Amino acid sequence: MGSARLYAAVAAGGFRRYATYRVATAAGVFTNTVFGLILVYTYLALWDERPHLGGYDQAQAVTFVWLGQALYATLAIQGGGFETDLMERIRSGEIAVDLYRPADLQGWWLANDLGRALFQLLGRGVIPFVFGVLFFPTALPGDVGTWLAFLVTLVLAMVVSFGIRYLVALSGFWLMDGTGALQVLMVTGIFCSGMTLPLNAFPGVLGEAVRLLPWAAQLQVPADVLLGEADPLPGLAFQAVWAVVLLGAGRLVQSAATRRVVVQGG
Amino acid sequence: MIAGMWIRSTMAYRVSFVMTALGGAVVTGLDFVAILLMFSRVDSLGGYALPEVALLYGLSATSFGIADLAMGSAGRLGSRVRDGTLDTLLVRPAPVLAQVAADRFALRRLGRITQGLVVLGYALVAVDVHWTPAKVLLLPVMVVCGGVIFSAVFVAGASFQFVAQDASEVQAAFTYGGQTLLQYPPTVFGRELVRGVTFMFPLAFVNWVPAAHVLDRPYPLGLPGWAAFTPPLVAVACWVLAGLAWRAGLRSYRSTGS
Repeated sequence: MGSARLYAAVAAGGFRRYATYRVATAAGVFTNTVFGLILVYTYLALWDERPHLGGYDQAQAVTFVWLGQALYATLAIQGGGFETDLMERIRSGEIAVDLYRPADLQGWWLANDLGRALFQLLGRGVIPFVFGVLFFPTALPGDVGTWLAFLVTLVLAMVVSFGIRYLVALSGFWLMDGTGALQVLMVTGIFCSGMTLPLNAFPGVLGEAVRLLPWAAQLQVPADVLLGEADPLPGLAFQAVWAVVLLGAGRLVQSAATRRVVVQGG
Repeated sequence: MIAGMWIRSTMAYRVSFVMTALGGAVVTGLDFVAILLMFSRVDSLGGYALPEVALLYGLSATSFGIADLAMGSAGRLGSRVRDGTLDTLLVRPAPVLAQVAADRFALRRLGRITQGLVVLGYALVAVDVHWTPAKVLLLPVMVVCGGVIFSAVFVAGASFQFVAQDASEVQAAFTYGGQTLLQYPPTVFGRELVRGVTFMFPLAFVNWVPAAHVLDRPYPLGLPGWAAFTPPLVAVACWVLAGLAWRAGLRSYRSTGS
């Protein structure tokens, strides 16, 4: 019980930290709306040319765009969450202090990142999404059940996103300079999550492959559940499997990494 | 000289430099891969075929790459205003704008220009155009003027950050967003949006308007034929306006005093 309260406090801290950057949040809302506009027009042209591409109609494709913009910061699709902080702590050696804390390293950062994700969803995600729904033809479900299933997929998407970025951050124990790893995170995030093009519109084998990767659990699965294109249960199972695999891998790497820690200085 | 200093500092870690330059090229190259993916499912977008879209993309990406190399560091101005380190630049005997441009001057941004030039090269080989001397001459003019127009947007964005310190994302909406917009044909976008980027933020003169002449396409918004040759004028006007905005921003600057 005590530890549950600790993690809740950590999550609240993550939420509050991002809530203090009000101008930055407003600027982010603006940027996501602008990029959403550009993408929507491109998709409309694309779906004009090829109706039902990837099994979506135009309204579904438009909804996909605005969902992507709403989840861009929430799921830190290009990075930009706790991972830069954690890498800096690994590089500077402050990680040694963290390891002595009476809280699990992975659990601590997971709680922190969930708090951040929740703020980004409310602060940065809702407005572009509402803007999109108001000004473009969208396809939203009318029943409560689908919305509830969608919310569960969002939570699992946050955990999967954390799992990926935790592994990237831990690579800092071996690489020291994290620039390259973060860049890889950026590339895979934009491309494999469906931010540039829905994964179901990818051609052939490439499409089948990207839909099996963990990034598909971030945007594609929640979108398909919301748009009624997929049954919630297989989608949730897919996300859950990746969440468990990634968190487990993070745990293994963490124990290997902490055996390596050499505290420098006196 | 400051730029040279930053170049030397990056070159101290050569492997890391090569990795980040390559990584940068991959990151920026991905949006062309996205376009290729789209064209794997369709034959045209907004009535433009792949080589034509590649021409728009190549021009936009190269111009943007030049501006990013020259002025990309201006995005950091907001954080310098916030932490007060802008003061250091103010007391040095060199123009502040030049120092801001050279701040953390990153040669790795060459990756973006290279990638733009590669796509442009492909487009010029693949596109079906009846070349005239005017069209050939227009190409380098477009790239240079586009670079100046995008640089002006960077400077205007930096001036805005004097006021709105941590709003660097607004700047990104106009710089990166503008570049993304120009990668696609104007026929894709709503008329109001095209009007906005033609008359309010004249990004359309980076490639849409002059490329319409090269590709023998109808001009966006029914602009007259000579509009294709106005990018130099637009570039100068943008640069003057951005300069004024920069001066106003710099004058309004109050140090954090810490």
